[in-house]
Amino acid sequence: MPLDALADATPAGVQIARPLVEVRDLNVRFVSRDSRTNAVNGVSFSLQAGEVLCIIGESGSGKSVTMRALMKMLPEGKTRIEGYLRVGEHLIADMTDRQMRAIRGAEVSMIFQEPMTALDPVCTIGQQIAETIMRHEGCSRKVADARALELLQVVRIPSPERRLKAYPHELSGGLRQRSMIAIALSCRPRLLLADEPTTALDATVQAQVLVLMRKLQRELGMAMIFVTHDLGVAAQIADKVAVMYAGRMVEYGPVAEVLNSPRHPYTRAMLASNVHGHARGEDLDTIPGSPPDMRRPIRGCAFAPRCKVARTSCAIEPPPVVHLGPDRYFACIANDASAEAAAT
Amino acid sequence: MRLITERPDTRPTPAASRDRGGPQQPILIVNGLRKYFPIKGGLLQRKVAEVKAVDGVDFSVMKGETLGIVGESGCGKSTLARLLMHLIPKDEGELIFDGDPVDDIRGLSLRDLRRDLQMVFQDSYSSLNPRLPIQDSIAYGPRVHGVGKAEAAALAADLLNKVGLRPSMFGARYPHELSGGQRQRVNIARALALDPRMLILDEAVSALDKSVEAQVLNLLSRLKRELNLTYLFISHDLSVVQYVSDRVLVMYLGQVVEIGPVDAIYAAPRHPYTRALLDSRLSMNPLERMSEPPLSGDPPNPVNPPSGCRFRTRCAFAESVCAERQPRLAAADGGAHLVACHMADAESGHGRAGLSAPLH
Repeated sequence: MPLDALADATPAGVQIARPLVEVRDLNVRFVSRDSRTNAVNGVSFSLQAGEVLCIIGESGSGKSVTMRALMKMLPEGKTRIEGYLRVGEHLIADMTDRQMRAIRGAEVSMIFQEPMTALDPVCTIGQQIAETIMRHEGCSRKVADARALELLQVVRIPSPERRLKAYPHELSGGLRQRSMIAIALSCRPRLLLADEPTTALDATVQAQVLVLMRKLQRELGMAMIFVTHDLGVAAQIADKVAVMYAGRMVEYGPVAEVLNSPRHPYTRAMLASNVHGHARGEDLDTIPGSPPDMRRPIRGCAFAPRCKVARTSCAIEPPPVVHLGPDRYFACIANDASAEAAAT
Repeated sequence: MRLITERPDTRPTPAASRDRGGPQQPILIVNGLRKYFPIKGGLLQRKVAEVKAVDGVDFSVMKGETLGIVGESGCGKSTLARLLMHLIPKDEGELIFDGDPVDDIRGLSLRDLRRDLQMVFQDSYSSLNPRLPIQDSIAYGPRVHGVGKAEAAALAADLLNKVGLRPSMFGARYPHELSGGQRQRVNIARALALDPRMLILDEAVSALDKSVEAQVLNLLSRLKRELNLTYLFISHDLSVVQYVSDRVLVMYLGQVVEIGPVDAIYAAPRHPYTRALLDSRLSMNPLERMSEPPLSGDPPNPVNPPSGCRFRTRCAFAESVCAERQPRLAAADGGAHLVACHMADAESGHGRAGLSAPLH
């Protein structure tokens, strides 16, 4: 697998704290009677406590699947997960369903794109928050209710006493997503997984939720993995960025470096095709073609058929991983100056 | 004059020969358009309230331009598109297409309107018939309008070529066999099948991935040039609207709050809502992070909109006059830039009225 060198990416002699999350050589396949879909192919990364990692990619790139594998939230029986997955002291692969239930919501929480489908429509917001707290901390209903009220204040929901008694359908999209965040934070998780949490929101509300999430993440010192397809969202919230294409991480690094000086041709093409600040009447630089069929095994670089700087060797062997520093790499053969000139 | 008695020979005539008003005549004029959806309840299912989805909207679209419509969900932009297409009946108001009133005894029939005005929807899958190969979906419109089978099939193949899908490879496929971007190309081809003069694009690129979105935007601009089209481009994505539009219309809770040339609106918005909307765009530079959201709260419920100016409940500059009177859409800079805000009207009695400097 191309990226397994990541584990030894730290130069010898430099002592850093043990990361909160460690993923090595993660492979996820969906198996059905007539096909095998290779959704995630050899993904490795680590995350320090209190750090925000954004996974960027288009639909089908495996970004959500990577995150769900960490929570063991993929359909059992149809999914084959391989690789080393660690969150805190827990080795996810070895855990039973019962053990998983104990850490879901307590140590690792998740928020989703569509809060209306993630919330229970027949329970009030207050009941849903209190339920989580009572389940994990075994406290009384009264204590849990008080915490629920406090949480609604933390996520800045106006008139929280009234909102505790509201059902999800009575709230607007922005308030629903804030309630979702309140439930996720109710047991002070060390890791928050967020799957496109602002994509369904309006521009003005998206800005509010992003600013709120960043503030809460910093105050609580949580680590966060944030999946998005929106580069603007990543620029606002991430410390580190991982770019995924066809189930592989093709580029990784601090957010400013990846967005301002991308090295992988896919990252560059994605940034160039953005309409942001593009002059009218001028055609956009598009990426020709479409992503590969994940049911077929890919031998070389998955991006090669659409790549401007591809060479014949790209289709044959997997691209080498080029490390530019302890936490900056990209997977491409074209890493010399001539290829760079051709790409820009 | 047009002869309605010419039916049933309704074979499409070239779009250019259907231009009646000349270049100065707006292709579409909308006057006082209103649509309230009733909310029924109680034992007898009587009307208990109304959603004021589109409430008194006026604007016009010139020939060959792209008018962008922006606003948050629930502001009525999709209802507006459906009203223009006559997919839902309007409550009040007037539509004039190239000088002819629509659906009027002396005007254009719906059949004629739909030949000239077509629409592309956001959801590329649900807007195609899953049981028809895409070439038949595209040929369906011309067939209904009286074109022969072979001719319609040739037209469909030609259109597939135009949108960049090889007919021999894609024509016989069903919608589920295509990707989202390819399906949206099919929808565009179908919208073009009757050789329309104007397209309504309702969030047509919103569901696509960014790289595919760029491909479809390039396709739309090429088709506009080649076929001399006029676009009404509805989107919630402000960057896309800035890229495609000549003029922009901003809606809030069923009303137009600002309309004007794209550069004027993006460089110097006059309505506080437009300003907040533009400030909500996320910078691509991680060093320019937003520290405070530009606007707090959610849009109010359109069932019971605030009195006076509908934006006043979220506006930082609201005064008593804003609750009392509804601002009228009026020229802000004596030109094509119109805004509905008391601050832009020197005689409104608002404390900041007539301050010519743009808001900051």
